[in-house]
Amino acid sequence: MTLQLNWSRAATLLQRLGSVIGLILLFIVLSVMSPDFLTTGNLLTVLRQVSINALIAFGMTFVILSGGIDLSVGAILALTGAVTAGLMAAGHGIVLAAGAGLLLGLVLGIINGALVSWGKVAPFIATLGTLTLLRGVTLSYTQGSPIPVTNGSFALLGGGYVANLVPLPVIWMFIAFVVCGFLLRGTVFGRHVVAIGGNEEAARLSGVRIAPMKLAIYGLSGLLSAFAGVVLTSRLYSAQATAGAGYELDAIAAVVLGGTSLAGGRGWLFGTLVGALLIGFLNNGLNLLGVSSFYQQIVKGIVILIAVLLDRRQ
Amino acid sequence: MSTPLVTMRDIHKAFGPVKVLEGVDFELLPGEVHALMGENGAGKSTLMKILTGIYAPDSGTVEVDGKAVSITTPADAEKYGIAIIHQELNLIPALSIADNLFLGREIQRFGLLDHRAMTKRALEWLARVGMERLDPTTKIERLSVGQQQMVEIARALGQNARVLIMDEPTAALTEHETNVLFKLIRDLRDQGTGIVYVSHRMEEIFALCDRISILRDGKFVGTRPVPGLAFDEVVKMMVGRTLDARFPTRTPNIGAVRLKVDHVTGGIVQDVSFELHAGEVLGVAGLLGAGRTEMARLLFGLDKLEHGTVTLDGKVITPKSPSEAIHSGFGFVTEDRKAQGLVLDMSLRENVSLPRVPAHAGLIDRPGEKKQTRGLIDALKIRTRDMELDVRALSGGNQQKVVLAKWLALKPRVLILDEPTRGVDVGGKAEIYHIINQLAEQGVAILMISSELPEVLAMSDRILVMHEGRATGLLEAHGATQEAVMTAATGGK
Repeated sequence: MTLQLNWSRAATLLQRLGSVIGLILLFIVLSVMSPDFLTTGNLLTVLRQVSINALIAFGMTFVILSGGIDLSVGAILALTGAVTAGLMAAGHGIVLAAGAGLLLGLVLGIINGALVSWGKVAPFIATLGTLTLLRGVTLSYTQGSPIPVTNGSFALLGGGYVANLVPLPVIWMFIAFVVCGFLLRGTVFGRHVVAIGGNEEAARLSGVRIAPMKLAIYGLSGLLSAFAGVVLTSRLYSAQATAGAGYELDAIAAVVLGGTSLAGGRGWLFGTLVGALLIGFLNNGLNLLGVSSFYQQIVKGIVILIAVLLDRRQ
Repeated sequence: MSTPLVTMRDIHKAFGPVKVLEGVDFELLPGEVHALMGENGAGKSTLMKILTGIYAPDSGTVEVDGKAVSITTPADAEKYGIAIIHQELNLIPALSIADNLFLGREIQRFGLLDHRAMTKRALEWLARVGMERLDPTTKIERLSVGQQQMVEIARALGQNARVLIMDEPTAALTEHETNVLFKLIRDLRDQGTGIVYVSHRMEEIFALCDRISILRDGKFVGTRPVPGLAFDEVVKMMVGRTLDARFPTRTPNIGAVRLKVDHVTGGIVQDVSFELHAGEVLGVAGLLGAGRTEMARLLFGLDKLEHGTVTLDGKVITPKSPSEAIHSGFGFVTEDRKAQGLVLDMSLRENVSLPRVPAHAGLIDRPGEKKQTRGLIDALKIRTRDMELDVRALSGGNQQKVVLAKWLALKPRVLILDEPTRGVDVGGKAEIYHIINQLAEQGVAILMISSELPEVLAMSDRILVMHEGRATGLLEAHGATQEAVMTAATGGK
C-alpha cells in the first residue's frame, strides 16, 4: 500500500516537474548549440525580458486557478503605463504617478471581478470586453502617439541594475514570485482561490464568500499587470498605446506550460515561473541560432502544443 | 434449466498493484432479476464494466448464450445485446426524445435525417416501456428523472438488449416512479430479459430480485435465491461479519429549544414551523420534491426567506448567505457530496478545513491544521493512508465522513444532514449513524433529511413530514410506522 502511495506521488511529481525537465533540456541544448547562450550577460538579458511576462503570469495564475481567465491584462498594462507617463509629463512626481498607475490597475481588475461575480458574465467574455474598452481608452488618452518619460530617475525602475549586474525588473520578478507564492500556499486567501477553482459550489456552501474573493483575484491580476506596465514604461522610456498587445496570450501560455489546469483548481506558481522562463529562453535561443522570426512562431506554437499534450491528465 | 444469457467465470482484474477482482463468477439467466451486491469498492462496477466492454479482464471467460465471446468494446456489448443504464443518465438534455433514442444510429433518407420515420419508431420503442403518452419530439430537459430513465431503457430495448444492467436506478426516483420502474422490470423479466440490478437498497432487492450475487473485496462470496433468504445473512455475506445492529442506539440527552422555525416561507416552501432541541435528531421525511432540501437551503441562507422567522438560542436570525449561517452556528451536509460537499482535487486536509482554516491573521497555521485533521480522522475513523491524498481517491463512505468532518471542526450548534447515507454501503452507514448519535449526545441539534424510511424511523427522536412544501405531520418517532409517515408524506390524513 505504501508502495502504491509513493508511486502515485512520484507520478504527480514527475508530471509537475515536466516543465522543469523541459527547461533543463532546453538549457543544455542551447548551451551546446550556441556559444553565446551560456554567458552571464545573455542569461540576465533573458531574465529581464521574461520579467514583464512573469509578473502578468503570476496574477494570471491566481485567476486561472480560480477557474477564470483574464484577457484584459495587456490592455491594463498599456493604460496604466500611459497614465503613469502622462502624470509625470504633467509634472507630477514618480510616487504619485506610479502609485496612480498601480491603483488604476487594481481598480480595473476589481471591475473585472465585479463583472464576473455580481454581473455573472463568463470571465472570457467579461475580460474580452474590458480588453477592447481599455484599448480604446488608451488610444483616446494618448491620441495614438507615445508619451515620453521625462523623469530620469523613473527610468531606473525598469532600466536600473543592482550591483551593476542584475537588472532591477529581475529583482521585481523574484520579489513578486516570493510574495505571490506565499499568498497562494500560506494564506487562507490562496487556499480559497484553489477551492473556488476546484468546486465553486462546495466552496460557497462551506462559507467561502465568492464575490469578494473574485474581486480580490481579478484585482490582484490587474495590480500585477499595472506593475508590469509601470516597469515596462520605465524601461522603454515611453508609454505606447499599443504596448502589451498579445501579452495575455503569453501569460496564459506560461501558466499552462507550468502545468496549471485551465479548468482551475490545480496548479502551482513555480510552474508559471518555469513556463515564463521556457518561453523566454526559447525565444532567445531561436534568435541566437539565427532562426527567422517567421519560424520562431511556428516553433513556439509546437512547443506549447507538445507541452500541453504531455501534461494532459489521463 | 435454460442456457444462461451470460456466464462469467473466474474473472481477474487488477489496476497496477491493486487487485480489484479475484476469481469472480457471475451467471445471469433469461427472465431473472439478479441483484449484484457488495460494499463500495467490492468490485461491482468493475465487473459490469468488463461485461460491457469498457475494461478487458486480465483473465477469465465470458460466455453469452453458452458461447465464449470476447467483449472488448462497448460496441461488442451492444452486438451481444448487453446494455447498461447508468446512474448518471447519458442523455443530451437539449435534444428531443427521438433524437436521443437514435443518437449515432439516425435513420436517413437520401443523406438527410428522416424525422418522420424516427418519430414513428420512437413511439413504438416508448410503448415498450409504457411511455407511449410521451411526445417523441419533447426535449429531454423537460422530462422528470424517472421519465428520462424510461427513455434510456427504451433506447436499450430498441437496440435489442436482452441483458439490462441497472446501476442504482431508483436513487433519484419518487415513490411513484419507482413503482412504475419495478412494474416495467417485472414485465421485461416475464418476457425473458435478464436484468442485473445493482443497488444498496435492501428493501428493493428483497421486493424485486430473484437471486443475489455478492462480492466482497473483489472476491466472489456466493449466489443465493432470494426467497427464504434472511436480511442478516446478506449483510453478513457483504461485510464478512454480523453487524452488531443496523442502527446503533443512543441515550437521549435532549435539552432546551435551540432552533425555532416559525411560518418559514420561500420558493416552494410554505409556512413551515417546528422546534428543534439541543441534542435532538429531528428526521425530515417526504417524497422527492416535497421541499425538504429547499427548507434546509432557506435556513442556510442559500435561498431567500420570504416570510417567517428563524430563532437560534433565543435570538432571531435571518441568514443571507452560507457564510452568515455558518457564523450563526449552522452546518450543512448537502445531499450531493461530489457536486456540493467536496473539492475532489484537494486533499483531505484541505477539504476538512474549508469552512474554517486554522490561521492567524490570514496566515495558515499548518501544524494546527494537521493536528485538527488528524483528530477528526481518528474521531470519525476515516480510513485513509494519508491526509494529503486527494479526496477523489476515497470511497463513498469515507468521502461522506470527510464532509461530516468539515462541519465537526466548527462545532456547529445546528447540523443539517441531507441524505447523509446516500450511496454509502452498509458498514459505512452504521458508522455514520454512530457519529450522528455521538453528536446528538454532545448536544448538537440535528435536522436529518432522509428518503430512507427505516433510517428516519430508527434514528430520529421526532419526525417532521413534508408534502408539497408544507409540513403535514410531526410524529414522535417512537411508535411511528412507515405507513403513518407515508400517509402524511402523500398528503393523506
